[in-house]
Amino acid sequence: MSLTSQAIPPAVVVSARRPRRSHIRGREGVGGWLFVAPALAGLTLFVILPIGLALYISFTKWSGTTSPFGSGAKWVGIDNYKALLTGGGLAQQDFARSVENNFYFVLLVVPIQTLLALVLAVLVNDKFLKGRGFFRTAFYFPSVTSSVAITLVFIFMFRGDGPINRVLSFFGVKGPNWFANSNGLIHNIVGLFGVHSPPGWAKHVVFTRSIWDWISGPSMAMCAIIVLVIWTTSGTFMLMFLAALQNISEEIDEATAIDGANAWQRFWRVTVPMLRPTLLLVLTLGLISTWQVFDQIFLTGNNPTTTTPAFLSYATSFENFNFGQGAAIAFLLFALITVFSSLQRFLLRDKDAEQ
Amino acid sequence: MMKHFKSTRLLVSSAAVLAVLATACSSSSKTSSSSGSSSPAAPSGSSSGSASGSSGGTTNSNPVTLQLMFGSSGDAETNAVKAAADAWSKQSGNKVTVIPAQNFNQQLTQALAGGSPPDIFYVGSQQLSTLVDNNNLAATGDKVNDPSGFYPSLVKDYTYKGKFWCAPKDFSTLALEINTDMWKAAGLTDADIPTTWDQLETVAKKLTANGVTGLVFNDTLDRVDAFMRQAGGTMMNADNTAFTIDSPQNLQGLQYVQKLAKEGVLKFPKQIGVGWGGEAMGKGKAAMAIEGNWFIGGVKSSWPDLHFMVVPLPAGPSGTKATLSFSNCWGVAAKSKNQAQAIDFINFLTSDQQQMTFANAFGVMPSRQADGAAFSQAFPAQKAFVDGAQYAFGPVGVAGFAAAQTHFDSEIMGLSNGSSDPKAMLAELQKNATDALKQSS
Repeated sequence: MSLTSQAIPPAVVVSARRPRRSHIRGREGVGGWLFVAPALAGLTLFVILPIGLALYISFTKWSGTTSPFGSGAKWVGIDNYKALLTGGGLAQQDFARSVENNFYFVLLVVPIQTLLALVLAVLVNDKFLKGRGFFRTAFYFPSVTSSVAITLVFIFMFRGDGPINRVLSFFGVKGPNWFANSNGLIHNIVGLFGVHSPPGWAKHVVFTRSIWDWISGPSMAMCAIIVLVIWTTSGTFMLMFLAALQNISEEIDEATAIDGANAWQRFWRVTVPMLRPTLLLVLTLGLISTWQVFDQIFLTGNNPTTTTPAFLSYATSFENFNFGQGAAIAFLLFALITVFSSLQRFLLRDKDAEQ
Repeated sequence: MMKHFKSTRLLVSSAAVLAVLATACSSSSKTSSSSGSSSPAAPSGSSSGSASGSSGGTTNSNPVTLQLMFGSSGDAETNAVKAAADAWSKQSGNKVTVIPAQNFNQQLTQALAGGSPPDIFYVGSQQLSTLVDNNNLAATGDKVNDPSGFYPSLVKDYTYKGKFWCAPKDFSTLALEINTDMWKAAGLTDADIPTTWDQLETVAKKLTANGVTGLVFNDTLDRVDAFMRQAGGTMMNADNTAFTIDSPQNLQGLQYVQKLAKEGVLKFPKQIGVGWGGEAMGKGKAAMAIEGNWFIGGVKSSWPDLHFMVVPLPAGPSGTKATLSFSNCWGVAAKSKNQAQAIDFINFLTSDQQQMTFANAFGVMPSRQADGAAFSQAFPAQKAFVDGAQYAFGPVGVAGFAAAQTHFDSEIMGLSNGSSDPKAMLAELQKNATDALKQSS
């Protein structure tokens, strides 16, 4: 917003140039700080300070059983990061694998859940739909249920002899033993065309894994978790889209109808561009939360094809007593999320408006 | 302007000071003993040779409160430990606060890092080296009554850098559980109980029919290693300075597991939709399983109609008998101010009488050799577990090995369809374990 775009009465201009603010503004300022102080203290204590400490720990070798401030935490500089990015050992292998798993997870979950949320929001926004309230509640319900409870039910449903495979067998499809199956989706698809082993060019090793491994796609176990997460979180994003849709006044819809646009054109040419800010919000939130997925991974247990960096950080710290490396994984994840979020914002920026 | 700025600055700086103060004061050291006695009372009865009966209680004039933290396997164990604590409290005049932890590793690490650990806590053999290297433990193994009365293999598991760190609490060994109904239905008798690998393969083949798998056990080194040991292989060398995983004997053991898996007479729990061997047997999907003492308690409540017998694991090709043992010990915190009373309590807990009480309560075997006979008499069905103590090996105790093991475990299921190669698996485990050893030293 620019001050020069409106005419300002000279008296206000003069007072804006005066270094001293008015007494009333000053009191409001103090009041503002007073109200914010408890939240600020809580944020500092429980977010800023632990993050700072974690950053410090990521440069040390600490087993978690001694005070991190004493001799218990040995300073090792960037050794933890080196082991994760270049070590060639188990640390780098596990990290590479967890990043690959999470990448496919994000690749599948974010577009599908955004699209699903948008479609559901448009459906539920329909004025003439009977039982709108019921549908709204039904679609939103998974988001308010405990993710732990949902995951446990899904584990039961996706068992080798569980309901999902039973239903698939009605269509003559033999479902895989979901959570125990480590075959990648893409490997399975190319397997249908008879490609069972990697061609020559795919044997090349990049960052401790062969290209064939990198393009394996999410495993069947991961696919089950993908379905779970899409089902759970589309409700929340549907609500955001719904709020944005209801902000679009009906006059615009009527205007486009008068101009002769059909429903499809109206949706893609008018509605969706007007939803751009919400789309940005949903994509950003989706990206951040999918890169941090943990609850579902923790509950579905030890499967190297569903390990994600967040879970790896936990396992490295609490099961292997290697808090330094666990903290390093967490910060590498932070860097990764920042890169992807910035990339997405750059790609979706509003090229016409001024920054 | 000056007045406005000053008041804002004052407010912000006081908020910051409050935050710093709160952080600093939150980690104040809490002592675990309630009374102020800092001089430990002279332990009585610790010089006596035998540990029969309960140790003589120390009647101090300064009663202390001990903290005992453990990860419980269930209500039976929690109640048993609480009962033992109450019994000793009455006898000694001290108090014990029993803390059954929800997430034991996490809570113990937090307590240790915070500088106010519980006086006594469970220590598994895998965590021993980490705790000792960080000076968390007091060496109390030799200070309890009759340290030579414990099984030698258990003493070895808890000896590190030349010291015996903690008194073993109890243990379980692996044995072969067989569904007797399926056994008889296949026309097998006691003479067919497998004592060699070939015999195990034969009976597993006979029992694999009609949707039932002959043998089921978890896809983990904690089972497969039994076969590797039976072939004569070892995990580490004699002084625990190097790993000896990539050896022809271990390969032979792993290849035997591969053979059984490829033939379909051995399946892993995830392949048949169960969590462990006991569940497979309980649901009638398996005829045999390889589990420890916990099998008995684990199937009793869920599948009371399961009729089974427990026999020792078969011997390897050269006649070597081997099985794996899993145990915990009573660790005493180095920072504990009540070490003498803690040792007195541990004497009580490892006494013959109390160990049999624990055995009755939640089915673990006493860690003292002298109690083996009493245990076999009280639980004749579990004789195979007790006998296993003579040739049992504990898990690897190197910090960071767990990650290498997880990697190895994830490839075991691939043995059944040929996607995992035993030689490559062993070589990889050797490499990862050696890296872990290098990092932890």
